[in-house]
Amino acid sequence: MMSTLFAILFYFATLVLVVGLFYRISVYTRTPAPLKIPTTPAPINTGGVVLRMAREVMFFESLFKANLWTWGLGWLFHASLALVLLRHLRYFTEPVWGWVVFLQPFGMYAGITMVLGVAGLWARRLFVERIRYISTPSDHLMLVLFLVIGISGLVMTFVVHGDVVGVKGFMLGLMNFNLQALPASIGLYVHLSMVALLMMIFPISKLLHAPGLFFSPSRNQADNSREKRHIAAWAKQLESEK
Amino acid sequence: MADIAAPAYRVIPIIPALKPGAMEGKGPFVASDKIQDALGFPGQLVEDWHDQAIAKMGELLGKYRSLKVYMDACVHCGACSDKCHYFIGTQDPKNMPVARQDLMRSVYRRYFTLPGKIFPKLVGARDLTRDVLDEWHNYFHQCSECRRCSVFCPYGIDTAEVTMAAREILDTVGYGQKYSNEIIGKVHKIGNNLGLPAPALKDTLEGLEEDVKEATGIDVRFPIDVKGAEVLLITPSADFFAEPHIDSLIGYAKVFHATGTSWTLSSMSSEAANFGMFIGNYEQLRTIALRIRQAALELGVKRIVVGECGHAWRVAYSFWNTLSGVGEGADETDKFAMMLQKQLDHRYKQPMHICEFTWDMIGQGALSFDKEANDKHIITFHDSCNVARGSSMGGYPGGQFDIPRNIIKAVANNFYEMNPNTTHERTFCCGGGGGLLTDDLLDLRVKGALPRMEVLQQVADEHGVNFMACICAICKAQFTKIMPIYGFDRRMIGGVHQLVSNAIRLGEK
Repeated sequence: MMSTLFAILFYFATLVLVVGLFYRISVYTRTPAPLKIPTTPAPINTGGVVLRMAREVMFFESLFKANLWTWGLGWLFHASLALVLLRHLRYFTEPVWGWVVFLQPFGMYAGITMVLGVAGLWARRLFVERIRYISTPSDHLMLVLFLVIGISGLVMTFVVHGDVVGVKGFMLGLMNFNLQALPASIGLYVHLSMVALLMMIFPISKLLHAPGLFFSPSRNQADNSREKRHIAAWAKQLESEK
Repeated sequence: MADIAAPAYRVIPIIPALKPGAMEGKGPFVASDKIQDALGFPGQLVEDWHDQAIAKMGELLGKYRSLKVYMDACVHCGACSDKCHYFIGTQDPKNMPVARQDLMRSVYRRYFTLPGKIFPKLVGARDLTRDVLDEWHNYFHQCSECRRCSVFCPYGIDTAEVTMAAREILDTVGYGQKYSNEIIGKVHKIGNNLGLPAPALKDTLEGLEEDVKEATGIDVRFPIDVKGAEVLLITPSADFFAEPHIDSLIGYAKVFHATGTSWTLSSMSSEAANFGMFIGNYEQLRTIALRIRQAALELGVKRIVVGECGHAWRVAYSFWNTLSGVGEGADETDKFAMMLQKQLDHRYKQPMHICEFTWDMIGQGALSFDKEANDKHIITFHDSCNVARGSSMGGYPGGQFDIPRNIIKAVANNFYEMNPNTTHERTFCCGGGGGLLTDDLLDLRVKGALPRMEVLQQVADEHGVNFMACICAICKAQFTKIMPIYGFDRRMIGGVHQLVSNAIRLGEK
């Protein structure tokens, strides 16, 4: 019964995530940027833009300039999350890729630093007056969601060991449309349902900051306005009118 | 306005505590129906303002990727929250860039996102009520579109884009700002922001020729409407009569004179400023920019050079090529852009900033200076926001910081930098940019200048700095007005070309 429920949930969540993100990205792609608005000083060519974007994505360069605490906690959280996600590939691949095996211990401990990062960010949101002022209930709940996912995962990793072989069988079964039993465990149910929730709200929440960054004109435009004419289709229509 | 006083300096520049509601109010004067009509906006708040505003917002979300992405991407991390000079000066939490954006984002979420439609409270979504509209008019006129917040945002969210969209929506429903819209009307009607008609302009320039002759004994010309000149100078109209702006105009004329460059002003297009940017209206932005193309075509010039003006340089550098094809790559179907492309001399950057022009000439050894003439000045440089974060110079990133400083160091002996957290790309707006340079916002302007005044005080105390150079007409006008309120001499602010003018040798090479 629970196995079927979770199977349906995960198929649905995956569908929402993929279709939702695809739709969002297609909207961003279709929407023109009519004017050159890179925040200068900006790179003058595409190569420079790629570097600028890479620094933003990997090191959060702008946030580093803004606030060291937010940068430190934010970076700790995101880097840990990346490791944790990569570690989880072991539940979806057979045989497990070598580099995923190598990452396994790092990924396990990254779960701890991820929770610490989230907790720190939440503390900021709760105790720094300015940040508390701008927080909506959803901002708090998003952090709670990550905390629940992280802590339930850590409990299963370090305290009450779950049936990882059974979980893997379930996941591989999902991928091959060959439903397998999901081990019965409250911790696992909590963990998985919260992950599914996260997947479903991704395309309709502030989690869109991930794809959004790549479409931000102030970061992804090259500063070459004098050398190369940049014009949007709707703006070009004005030219034929006059 | 006697009750307006400068806020106290912060002892250590710490992040101020919040004072909710500190800047609540009606905002700047609302544009009259006459002013609105001239720009094609409704004269009064239209009856169905709610539906029209939402419709306009939807239209803008489809036309501007910046707005669409910026509405979605913010995570409320607070990186920008202490970066705005108006927040620092007023402590009103709605002047935190993220909170200012949220004034619009809350409405965006309510009408354009699923969670906002279903669970408005949860995601901070709200209906567009009359109170919200009034709040927009008030707080979107407490943003100078200076882009400082965009430097620090991990996603590059630029509040200026949001402010521009908000003002565009307000204009569309008949709730415009008097100052900006009145000025745009003057540009269309007369050719410049100040409403200075051609005969008055010519008189002024003749007077300047006499003044310079008297001071230097040399015939420095201030030509206007000269067909076939090499250079068309497009400069803010404040340069024609305001202090200290006019001293920089004299500086440009001396540079052209000393380098033997033939140049001209245009009476039809006697304005570099483009307030179309401030109100976020692409059509206005474009129409104003096209006046310059028209002047360039009529006068048959080979080059276009832009005087000291911050947002004008952003528009010229970043937008002119898009709007009017002044640089390279104009569309073949655009007849006038093609004519301009053929006419201009593409060995030079088009358009070129007067600082780029002067620095090139210094590099070629075409100018020489008596640096001692500036010895009475102990100088610092205020980076103007639009130049620093919305443009460049010299064809490389950061040229907009180096070139004006290089010129100052070439013409003067005493130069000191202000605190690096307040210069280059981290510079603070003067407090009067973005269409806020009006007396009905004087209280805001004084408070917004606080972070700049604090660090100016530091270099004044440590190094005896007594002159702050800049390259922006709005900065000059704003500081002239508010520096006395902070206890500085109003003559402490001036242009880079004012210093050039003091030191340049005209007689010999």
